[in-house]
Amino acid sequence: MFTSFFYTLRERKVPVSVTEWMTLMEALSNGYISSLNDFYYLARAILVKSEAYFDHYDIAFQEHFKGIEGPPIVTDEILEWLRDPINRLLLTDEERALLNSMDLDELLKELEKRLREQTEQHDGGDYWIGRAGTSPFGHSGQNPSGFSIGGGGGRSAIQIAEQRQFRNYRHDLTLDIRQIELALKGLRQFKRTGPEDELDLDRTIDATAKNAGDIELIWRKSRKNKVKLLLLMDVGGSMEPFARLCSLLFSAAHRSTHFKDFQYYYFHNCLYDYVYHDIEWRKAETFEHLLKDIDSDYKVIFVGDAWMAPSELNSVYGAIYYYERNRKPGIMRLKQIADHFDHCVWLNPEPKTYWNEPTVAMIRKVFPMYELTIEGLQQAVKKLIVKR
Amino acid sequence: MQNEGFDKFKGSPDYVTSEALRNAVNVSIALKRPLLVRGEPGTGKTLLSHSVAKGLGKKLIVWNIKSTTKAQEGLYVYDTVQRLNDSRFGDKDISDIKQYIKLGKLGEAFASKEELVLLIDEIDKADLEFPNDLLNELDEMSFYIPETGETVVAEYRPIVIITSNAEKELPDAFLRRCIFHYIEFPDLDLMDEIVRVHFPNIKQNLLNQALSTFYALRRIDDFRKKPSTSELIDWIRVLMASGTPDKTISTDIPFAGTLLKKETDYAYFVNTFMKKKQATKTVDP
Repeated sequence: MFTSFFYTLRERKVPVSVTEWMTLMEALSNGYISSLNDFYYLARAILVKSEAYFDHYDIAFQEHFKGIEGPPIVTDEILEWLRDPINRLLLTDEERALLNSMDLDELLKELEKRLREQTEQHDGGDYWIGRAGTSPFGHSGQNPSGFSIGGGGGRSAIQIAEQRQFRNYRHDLTLDIRQIELALKGLRQFKRTGPEDELDLDRTIDATAKNAGDIELIWRKSRKNKVKLLLLMDVGGSMEPFARLCSLLFSAAHRSTHFKDFQYYYFHNCLYDYVYHDIEWRKAETFEHLLKDIDSDYKVIFVGDAWMAPSELNSVYGAIYYYERNRKPGIMRLKQIADHFDHCVWLNPEPKTYWNEPTVAMIRKVFPMYELTIEGLQQAVKKLIVKR
Repeated sequence: MQNEGFDKFKGSPDYVTSEALRNAVNVSIALKRPLLVRGEPGTGKTLLSHSVAKGLGKKLIVWNIKSTTKAQEGLYVYDTVQRLNDSRFGDKDISDIKQYIKLGKLGEAFASKEELVLLIDEIDKADLEFPNDLLNELDEMSFYIPETGETVVAEYRPIVIITSNAEKELPDAFLRRCIFHYIEFPDLDLMDEIVRVHFPNIKQNLLNQALSTFYALRRIDDFRKKPSTSELIDWIRVLMASGTPDKTISTDIPFAGTLLKKETDYAYFVNTFMKKKQATKTVDP
């Protein structure tokens, strides 16, 4: 009798299989539940296998059992917008002053108050968020959706679903370090290296048999990850809106302990005669260092929007900064990298729809390009692992 | 019709559960399917199985998974080296392979003569294929030992609880067979209850102050590791032992090192908030 709920769930992109549905039916026919509330938890425990889908489930549940529409998607967009520091520039001087004058507690209190107001009046929310100065919270790094909204009182299943407290766990909204780490974990190629500290049973038995039963132990090297990673990141200029995203990727790569080695350099727009150790470009390293001192078996990940004036890519002395005075056009440098290293990919934080710029097209001819999303990252990791 | 045996698990005195969690445990027991538990570190995933075992009065077997653990080890290990070694001296009957078969944790749980609780802790630490290798055994609750030609069948299906930190994605086929529960970070009311379990005599004022400070800190996204329940318990223990005046808890946040374990977090906290606090204090008449 709930079959249409099954399809509502699938419509809402909850990956429910028939096996799980049959399990739920079994539970229902055994009479384990006595109320809609029980049903909410029972069905969720059986049907949904990741907290990332709890929010989808909540929406589907509301839709099916109350017949009301899911909350407008715009709320989530606003939350995203709040997190983006670039929006701070849009504040008036007055608002910025207000932001600087508040301390932590005041900020928290104010934020809570405004959040409550927001759930009460969805319409016109756009204006309210944009001009009434909630953006300070976005800047100071709070995640507004981290507050539990509503709550209290009799908690019926519909109310629980309505709260949508699992909004934060959705994959398509938040891209956190752990998810990136997970994707990077795909970068594994095992090889037997290091000391011989593992007993090779088969060969031990063979050797012992040949030895007429006198035990001879044969040891071998254990398996370790041999992947080495080189991260080259475009910083500044047009990459500024993506600073947070890039720093997430960087932290994830930095925290991942499974690489044999991890190196990183920064550049601006395109590779020229120098790359830099720091974002402030104080410590430079020659381009030749990349080719000479870094082995070709490093996996290379570029991060950049690949968006520049064509001359920056094509011409000698084309670099946007005068003092770079590049002796070789940037595209040649990129080709040198592609020739030297066996595996390179380019991650572009811009959505694919913006990729028809001429420079993006040129760079895509040199490197396989992927979107800097979890999905794109997974594809890129696959590309880095396979043989060319 | 309400099923008689359904509401088996009601929590235990030293472990506070939410309604959703109790439901998930009972569904998993009733449907005889493994319960997969996920959640932030410090939300009591591992403790849950201890509480289930205690609440139902059953024995608990813990199988800790490491990155090197193989599925086979959970079933049984055939100690060939020992047998090979014994063969040299001839003082044991090495034709009896049985004595060289050692049951693993899963095998032990299957062979048990009573119903018990089996905890497979941190399943995502192991290799990606690990859960798939266990599918059949967990489904049928039996496995075959080719060396001796024996089949180990569970007379009493153990109650299987699996925890995961979501370090790796678990395979879909495995997930389909599990009951899933995500332990949310406790809200204020539940946390109040949890703390009271640990400190029955705590003063309400101290508890309120500590909790509101704790949740304020948790809201700061810049921390690499947010303080969790176990850290809160430690912190309250220190607060009580030191006899810190209640009203200074939220203003000074004493012993913040108990809550913030990472050096960078602590430094960030001191630089960003405590300095500002001090500055405003001196301005205040």
